[in-house]
Amino acid sequence: MTKKVTKAGSISRRRLLTTASAGAVLAVSPFRINLLQAQEAPIKIGFPVPLTGPYGAEAQDQVRAGQLAVAQFNDAGGLNGRKAELVVRDDKLNPGEAATRTLELVEKEKVNFVVGSLSAAVQLAINNVTKERGVIFNSISQSDAINEAADFSKYTFHEALNPHMTSGAVGRYAFTKFGKKVAFLTADYAYGHEMVRGFLEVGKEFNIENLGDIRHPLGTTDFSTLLPRLQALKPDILCISNFGRDQQIALKQATDFGIKKSIQIIAPLLSHASRVAAGPQAFEGVVGGCSFFWGIEDKFASTKAFNDAFRKMYDGKLPTDYGALGYGGVRTVLEAVRGAGSVETDKVVAALEALKYDYYKGPQYYRKCDHQSVQSVLVIKSKSKDMKNESDVFEVLSTEEPNEKNLRTCDALGHKS
Amino acid sequence: MAGLSFDLIALQLFAGLALGAIYVLFAIGLSLIFGMLTVVNFAHGAFYMVGAYVGLYLISIGGNFWLCLLAVPLLIGLFGLAVERVLIRPLYGRGIDYPLLLTFGLSYVMVECVRIAFGKTGYPFDTPELLQGAVNIGVGYFPLYRLFVIGATAVVLLALWLFLEKTSFGLIIRAGARDPQIVRVLGVDVSRVWLIVFGIGTAIAGFAGLLAAPLQGVIPEMGGTILAEAFVVTVVGGMGSIGGAVLAGLLVGVVVSMTSLFAPEMAKVSIFALMAIVLIVRPQGFFGRAGLMS
Repeated sequence: MTKKVTKAGSISRRRLLTTASAGAVLAVSPFRINLLQAQEAPIKIGFPVPLTGPYGAEAQDQVRAGQLAVAQFNDAGGLNGRKAELVVRDDKLNPGEAATRTLELVEKEKVNFVVGSLSAAVQLAINNVTKERGVIFNSISQSDAINEAADFSKYTFHEALNPHMTSGAVGRYAFTKFGKKVAFLTADYAYGHEMVRGFLEVGKEFNIENLGDIRHPLGTTDFSTLLPRLQALKPDILCISNFGRDQQIALKQATDFGIKKSIQIIAPLLSHASRVAAGPQAFEGVVGGCSFFWGIEDKFASTKAFNDAFRKMYDGKLPTDYGALGYGGVRTVLEAVRGAGSVETDKVVAALEALKYDYYKGPQYYRKCDHQSVQSVLVIKSKSKDMKNESDVFEVLSTEEPNEKNLRTCDALGHKS
Repeated sequence: MAGLSFDLIALQLFAGLALGAIYVLFAIGLSLIFGMLTVVNFAHGAFYMVGAYVGLYLISIGGNFWLCLLAVPLLIGLFGLAVERVLIRPLYGRGIDYPLLLTFGLSYVMVECVRIAFGKTGYPFDTPELLQGAVNIGVGYFPLYRLFVIGATAVVLLALWLFLEKTSFGLIIRAGARDPQIVRVLGVDVSRVWLIVFGIGTAIAGFAGLLAAPLQGVIPEMGGTILAEAFVVTVVGGMGSIGGAVLAGLLVGVVVSMTSLFAPEMAKVSIFALMAIVLIVRPQGFFGRAGLMS
C-alpha cells in the first residue's frame, strides 16, 4: 500500500514537471505559431553575450539591436519567406561558459550562424568552437588576436573595431593635444594588454614617455590603492584601458581622488552604456574612442535610418555603440544570406567578403585577408553640460576615416598573400 | 617606475586603512551574527546590496543621503528581523550547515528579486554634495567621502561596543552567546535575543551597502565580491570575534594597499595568502575561540 502511494506520487510529480517545462518552452518561444505553420525551419543566429556580470549593460544593448536587424530582415520577407531568429545565450563573460553555450547552439539548436561576444578573451573561445565546426562567426567585440593567422579561419569575421585601430586613433589625437608623459591603468587580460600595446606602438611616432603600467584584475571594485601611485607618477595623460563596470568604477574613483585636476584621462573606448550607468560626473572630460555614436546621424543617412528604426522599436530610446555592433554583426550576415540566396556556409562567406556596406555608420567592408571590417573610428569626449537628451552624452572630436593603413598589415598578422 | 617617496608610502598606508574601514564595517555584522548565533550568514552580501538599493530608491523619491543613513539600517534591520523569525529560527539546533545553506539560497533569491525590480544594469549613486572632492591630509590628496566612511565606521563600532558592554541587554546577549541553556534557565527569552542580534547584524550590512554605493555605484551583484573578502576578514580575526574583525579588517586593507604599491597584480591574491599564513600559525584566528564551529 505504502509502496503504491510513493510510486503514484513520483509519477505525478514527473508528469507535472514535464508538462510545466513543455508549457514554459512554448510560452517563451516567440515562434510558437510559426513552429506549427512554417514549412521551413527559421534561419537561426546564435547570439552568446555576457548578459550577467560587469559588461551586462552593454550586452543588453547588443541583444536589442540584434533583434532589430532580425525584425527588419523578416519584415522585408526574409529569405524567400524564410524568417530569421536570434537565439540569445548568456556567456557570463567566461570563456568556458561561452564555449559550452556555443557548442550547444551549434549542436542542439543547429544555428546557421553565430554572432556575438563582448570580451577580447571570450570571443576567442567562441571562435575556437565555430572554427572547428565550420560555422560562420561574426564577432562584435574588440580583439587583435582574432585577426591573426593563428586564430583566424575563413569562417571568422570581425565587425567590431580592434584594439590596434582604436588605440591608434585615440593615441594620434591625445598625444598631440595633451602631452607626452603617459601612465597606464590596465585591466589585466587580453583587451587591456592589446590596447596598451597599441598605444605604445602609435606612441613611438610621438616620442611618448611610458611612466608605468599598473594592472588590475577584471571585476575590480576598488581602485583606491592604485590611484595614489598613479598620481605620484605625475603624468600628463592617464590612460585607463578597461571596460564596463571596471571603467565606471575606475573613472568614478579617479574623479573622487581629484586626478582630473592636473591629469587628462583618456580611454581607448568610452562605452555609451557605461557612461549612462555611471552618470556624467565620473566620465566628465574623459577622451576616448568608439565605433559608433548616434549623433553622427547628421552625417550619414544610414545612421539616421538605424536610429529611427531603433527608436521606433524601443520607445524612443537611442542605440549605443555596442548596440550598433549587435545590429551590424547580425545585419551583415543576413544581407549576405539574401545576397547569396542561401544559408550555405561557403556561399555566405563569399557574399560577406564581397559586401561593400553602409548600414549604420558610413562605408565599411571586410578586408580579404583577415575579415576585419575596415571602418571609421570616432574620437569622443564625455559631456556633462548642454545635453539635448539622455543619450546626448558624447561630443565627437574627430573621425578617422576608414583606411587599411590604420590596420596591421596582412603580413604582420601572419597571413600569406 | 618613479621612486618611492615617504609621502606616497604614507598615503598608501592611509588608503589601506580607509579600505580596511569598509571591510570592518561589512565584517562586524557577519561576525556578530556568527559569534552570537553561530549562523554563517551567506546572505550578508545580499543585505548589503539591498541596503544600497533601498538608499537609491529613497533618494529617487525625494529623500536625501543623510536621511538614508538612518532609514536604510532601520529598514534593512526590520527585514533582517523578519528573515530571522520566519526562515532562520526553525533551523536552530540543527547544525551549522542548515542556516548556511538557507542563507546561501536566500542570497540568490534576493539578488534575483532586485534584478527583476531594478534591472540587471547598475545605477550611478552620486557622492553627497557636502562630501565631494579631495582634501589634503598632509601627505597628499584624499577623497573627503572616504574620510567620512572611516568616521562612520568608528561611530558604528563605538555604538556597538557601548551597547554590548555597557547595557544590561548587551550583557544578556553576551551571556546568551556563552551559554544559552543557563540564560534560558534564568528566565530570559533567548530567541528574542537572537532575533535582535540578527536584526542588528543585517542593519549594519545595509548601512555598509549604503556607504559603499557612492564609491562604486549600485549593481545587483555588488554583495558577491565583498562577501569573499569579508569571510577572509572574519576568519583571520577569529570567527565570531568583533575585536578580531576590526583588527583583521584594517590589516587586510593595509596588506592589499601595500601589495598594490609594489606588485599590483598580486593584490587580490595577497588577501588569501594572508589568510593561509594566519591559519597555519593560529588556526582559530587572532581572537577566535576554539571549538565554535564544532
